[in-house]
Amino acid sequence: MNSLRRLGRIVIDSVEGLGRASLFFLEVMSGSRKLFRRFELVVQQVFAVGVLTLLIILVSGLFVGMVLGLQGYNTLVKFGAADSLGLLVALSLVRELGPVVTALLFAGRAGSALTAEIGLMKATEQLAGMEMMAVNPIERVIAPRLIAGIIAMPLLAALFSAVGVLGGQLIGVGLLGVDSGVFWSQMQSGVSFHEDVLNGVIKSVVFGVVVTWIAVFQGYESVPTSEGVSRATNRTVVYSSLAVLALDFVMTALMFK
Amino acid sequence: MIQRRQLELWVGVFVAAGLLALAMLAFRVGNLAAGGVNNPYMVQAEFNDIGGLKVRAPVTLAGVRIGRVSAISLDPSDFEAKVTMELDGRYKTIPSDSSASILTSGLLGEQYIGLDPGGSSHYLKNGSTIQVTQSAIVLEKVISQFLFNFASKSGSHSK
Repeated sequence: MNSLRRLGRIVIDSVEGLGRASLFFLEVMSGSRKLFRRFELVVQQVFAVGVLTLLIILVSGLFVGMVLGLQGYNTLVKFGAADSLGLLVALSLVRELGPVVTALLFAGRAGSALTAEIGLMKATEQLAGMEMMAVNPIERVIAPRLIAGIIAMPLLAALFSAVGVLGGQLIGVGLLGVDSGVFWSQMQSGVSFHEDVLNGVIKSVVFGVVVTWIAVFQGYESVPTSEGVSRATNRTVVYSSLAVLALDFVMTALMFK
Repeated sequence: MIQRRQLELWVGVFVAAGLLALAMLAFRVGNLAAGGVNNPYMVQAEFNDIGGLKVRAPVTLAGVRIGRVSAISLDPSDFEAKVTMELDGRYKTIPSDSSASILTSGLLGEQYIGLDPGGSSHYLKNGSTIQVTQSAIVLEKVISQFLFNFASKSGSHSK
């Protein structure tokens, strides 16, 4: 009986949490309309979540591309299809690895920082102080961060894929001796802009919304103590990683039939 | 102030690099550059069997890509596949009695339409139909035909 009650409470709590998060999202979105007049706030946040994440994205993209080149070559060469290496590398990156790995890294690097920052602002009562001065913290603090995350994520994913393709070319053409022309022409004939590249961009936009949304919501909702902030940061990374992987499955099932 | 200008510069560099990467994905990795056909005109052809031909497949003449397949539908009156191609406007002088066949690049590659020029002095124009067509070779049919012939021959031998 008791355990049933506990199950019920867990379900009610999680539904309530989802509802709060959705209302919060709507509030932030309506607050972000005023950002068109104060775009420098967004630019600052694009620097924080985008430019500072650039290095880890570029390095990871390069290595993921190089690993794809090595592994793909070893498998393809067994079937005498090493010429398709470029296609394999580009399709894996553009469709899946680019958006997903970027989103996971983004959650770890930028999402956790957002949560910690907002949580700490709450713990040190900066948000309450803003409200005292009739500044809406949602418009001033939360909305620029959410918009910046949505802007930065697709750009980061595109950079990841592009650098990954170059890494694959470095290994495939430079080290393993696949012909450079064949590498690129197979890629160009197999990768369709509308079906592969655009769907990858759509994925990365969705991931950008979800990861940043989870990060700012967890920060805003965190218990204003040092332990509460650390838990909220932890939850951001866990929830956004799970959300990214689950959403990726759903979107892949819908996009690539 | 200097710090802010530097920050804006970095954001500008970041956004430009991201857009550049996107452009590279579109043009260098993807087929956006090759997909466009200049000033196209539409030509139709009916095939008994198109095999695995897909929309956006290339149309070639003498191996040179001159257009692409823009639509595939079934003609309900005679149950033939109606393939609409858009051909590049630069190639206006293709004889109207040219034939179209569905070919496969390599043994297992993608299928495309190859045009063979005829000898007529009239040219294909927007909306015209290619009369002579050759369907795709479906590998299963060829193999089963081969096996059938083989079996009937060896059967007559044993008699």
